[in-house]
Amino acid sequence: MEQKIALELKNITKSFGSVVANKNVSLQVRKGEILSILGENGSGKTTLMNMVSGIYYPDSGQMFIDGQEVEIASPKDAFNYKIGMIHQHFKLVDVFSAAENIVLGLEDEKGFDLPAYVEKIKEITEQYGFELDPYKKIYEMSVSEKQTVEIIKVLFRGADILILDEPTAVLTPQETLKLFAVLRNMRESGKAIIIITHKLHEVLSLSDSVAVLRKGEYIGTVKTAETNESQLTEMMVGKKISLNIERSEPVNCSDRIVVDKISCVNREGIKVLDDVSFTARSGEILGIAGIAGSGQRELLESIAGLQHLTSGEVLYHDPKTGKEERLRDKTPLEIRQMGVRLAFVPEDRLGMGLVGNMDIVDNMMLRSYKKGKSVFLQRKAPKSLADEIIDRLEVVTPSANTPVRRLSGGNVQKILVGREIASSPTVLMAAYPVRGLDINSSYTIYNLLNEQKQKGVAVIFVGEDLDVLLELCDRILVIGGGKIAGTVDGRTATKEEIGLLMTKTGHGDISDERGVNTNE
Amino acid sequence: MNNLLTMLSPSALHIAKRDDIVWWKAWIIRIVSVVFALIVCGVITIALTKLNPVKMYMTMIEGAVGTPRLVWNLLQNTAILLCISLAVTPAFKMRFWNIGAEGQVLVGGLATATCMIFLGESLPTPLLILVMAITSIAAGALWGLVPAYFKTRFNSNETLFTLMMNYIAIQIVAYFTLEWSVHKGSGTPRTLEFGQLPMLFGQKYLINILIVIVLTVIMYIYLKYSKQGYEISVVGESENTAKYIGINVKKVVLRTMAISGAICGIAGFLLVAGTDHSLKSETAGGRGFTAIMVSWLAKFNPVFMIVTSLLIVFLEKGASKISEVYRLNPSFSDIITGIIIFFIIGSEFFINYTVKINKTSKEGSK
Repeated sequence: MEQKIALELKNITKSFGSVVANKNVSLQVRKGEILSILGENGSGKTTLMNMVSGIYYPDSGQMFIDGQEVEIASPKDAFNYKIGMIHQHFKLVDVFSAAENIVLGLEDEKGFDLPAYVEKIKEITEQYGFELDPYKKIYEMSVSEKQTVEIIKVLFRGADILILDEPTAVLTPQETLKLFAVLRNMRESGKAIIIITHKLHEVLSLSDSVAVLRKGEYIGTVKTAETNESQLTEMMVGKKISLNIERSEPVNCSDRIVVDKISCVNREGIKVLDDVSFTARSGEILGIAGIAGSGQRELLESIAGLQHLTSGEVLYHDPKTGKEERLRDKTPLEIRQMGVRLAFVPEDRLGMGLVGNMDIVDNMMLRSYKKGKSVFLQRKAPKSLADEIIDRLEVVTPSANTPVRRLSGGNVQKILVGREIASSPTVLMAAYPVRGLDINSSYTIYNLLNEQKQKGVAVIFVGEDLDVLLELCDRILVIGGGKIAGTVDGRTATKEEIGLLMTKTGHGDISDERGVNTNE
Repeated sequence: MNNLLTMLSPSALHIAKRDDIVWWKAWIIRIVSVVFALIVCGVITIALTKLNPVKMYMTMIEGAVGTPRLVWNLLQNTAILLCISLAVTPAFKMRFWNIGAEGQVLVGGLATATCMIFLGESLPTPLLILVMAITSIAAGALWGLVPAYFKTRFNSNETLFTLMMNYIAIQIVAYFTLEWSVHKGSGTPRTLEFGQLPMLFGQKYLINILIVIVLTVIMYIYLKYSKQGYEISVVGESENTAKYIGINVKKVVLRTMAISGAICGIAGFLLVAGTDHSLKSETAGGRGFTAIMVSWLAKFNPVFMIVTSLLIVFLEKGASKISEVYRLNPSFSDIITGIIIFFIIGSEFFINYTVKINKTSKEGSK
């Protein structure tokens, strides 16, 4: 059966300055169909959909709705054409109830009749199988409930074409399944649904067809039934890649960092680390797994001298002298002056690891600018380090004097990791080093970590993708609610085992960050 | 779809962020904006006063640079404004909103005047001037350090704190102005005879100007090439980064505010010893605030500040001449200066963004 085309895009182009976000993209979605838009971070998926929903205006190209050419210049236009978009970041008023948020901004000549609206909301929830209490306030809701409100908001306004931007990024696996069931119900009732995603398994399990974007260009559309994971990856990345990480056997392991029963509290006085003990050994990658916000950041910062500990000790075994140094209550500068070569790639790259408005050379100096007695800066050594990193890690940048904020996420990360390992560290800590990176850059980073391990560095890797943790790490420490839930062997453990440990101690803070992406 | 309709629809124009613009294009935009500003001012002049705008602009130029005396006056005023702008720049670069330059200048001036009055007769002039300079620097630095200390110790709001310190300084100076006036309590400030800065080549203001030029060069090098300047940038951009690499943020804040206050102190010293030879509560004359605009307009680059401070002083002098010659309400000259500055600041929008005319959708599909 051939359904009618609900939305069609022809040769849509949009650029920001010299960056082409979308180049001649054409695609179509039919009524009663779920279309996935697949692409890596930065491939232009969200930009494209923002044009459909009237947030951006295309430089050129055409849009058709039900076969009629239309011009969508504002979100209001989009709404008139029955297009609704659910953004990654929700736009809800916290102190209002679900129903109030749903009807907010509606122009109704008959006046404001909340009970009548609630009736209509209930009809929608029943029709598609949502679970929602219309009177519940937003601030009492979980992330998935908030998402439900956003979806109903769009349906309430009569949307026939729904666009969801990375809808599962914030959901647990169970919530994802529920959402998919609802989306399938909507498909049955003839809605056209577009989901933006970069997760292959979701594409395969949910959608009818897949449109792939790569670096702003439209690669093609395939039927889900006729494709597979490796074909989609190839379309996304542009070449065949083997998704394997080579893990060598650890050699000459000795204790490097010993964390002994540390605890610390955050600004609100809540214990974020509770009696944590572990050892990181040289020549080994120690993975740290856990629900986001379970204390991973504080753990690394405690070692780096950025957290005030309420109790416990952090000890460093110097491989040269064999002495044991106490790192607790030392500032990062003092730690460096003690001769401890600690490299730290923090989670917040541009807010902590680098300065966005400074150029690459000046960012290279961050660690070393103090060297020497002169009151003036020496830019020669940082300049050659910058050139070396650009060359060796294949950083794409106009020059070494470009502000780092202009670079793409992957290149920013290469600069940061490159600088940190340039100091030939004995300990390397990396928090979510591949977040937001494309597949190729991710593997560059994994290789760099492996290289350091083989050089005898003690590597600590905080990750969110369990598959990667299991492929890369020698041991995996599982943290939950600021406590160590257990340690497993990276070679023998399973995802389920780690998942179970992650939720064992419960209460990780998942309300405002991404949850467990066990399947990413 | 109707072509005309598409052209008129709100989406006919849209705004897009520019990439880096070539420097000469940026300057063309700035110059064009000044031309536009002059045209708009001309129209407004005709509408409000029926004066010939060309003649008015001539008067303006004459008022600013008409005679050698006026030129020296202009340069001296520019030098002082530039000096204060240099002072606030390191603080602003550190994202420490020092609104207190006015007060820091005044206490510097007060310290200078105190030395001139009480040490004037006992010390030889060169030594006296040296003492005056040191005390004014110390006084300004101290006035800057107080809010910085409270900021680092108690995380108080530096904007309000520095602002209120201005009023304290103004009132203290007002008190001493009365105390030291020609007839005690009359309010006519006494001329301070001892310790005046020497004339160079017969020019009263030349020494002020030379000192500020040297300061400009030093500040440029300090911010761009010194380790301390680098620390200021890092703290200003991201305190987290500063902590991450082990910069002692509190130390940098205190040190930078001491420098900021100290240079304000120098400005006070130059005003009292070099320009006015007297002290009033109006000595700073709002320049502590104008300097903030000078600094921002120049994007914290000390060399550009020479241009921006000159421009602002030029406009002020020229505009006040207009009101004087044509007997206009002084508000009129404020309107003219306001419009010109508005256009100059507005031009930054066109440097950062570009306005595109949308192709109609028909064209796109051939």
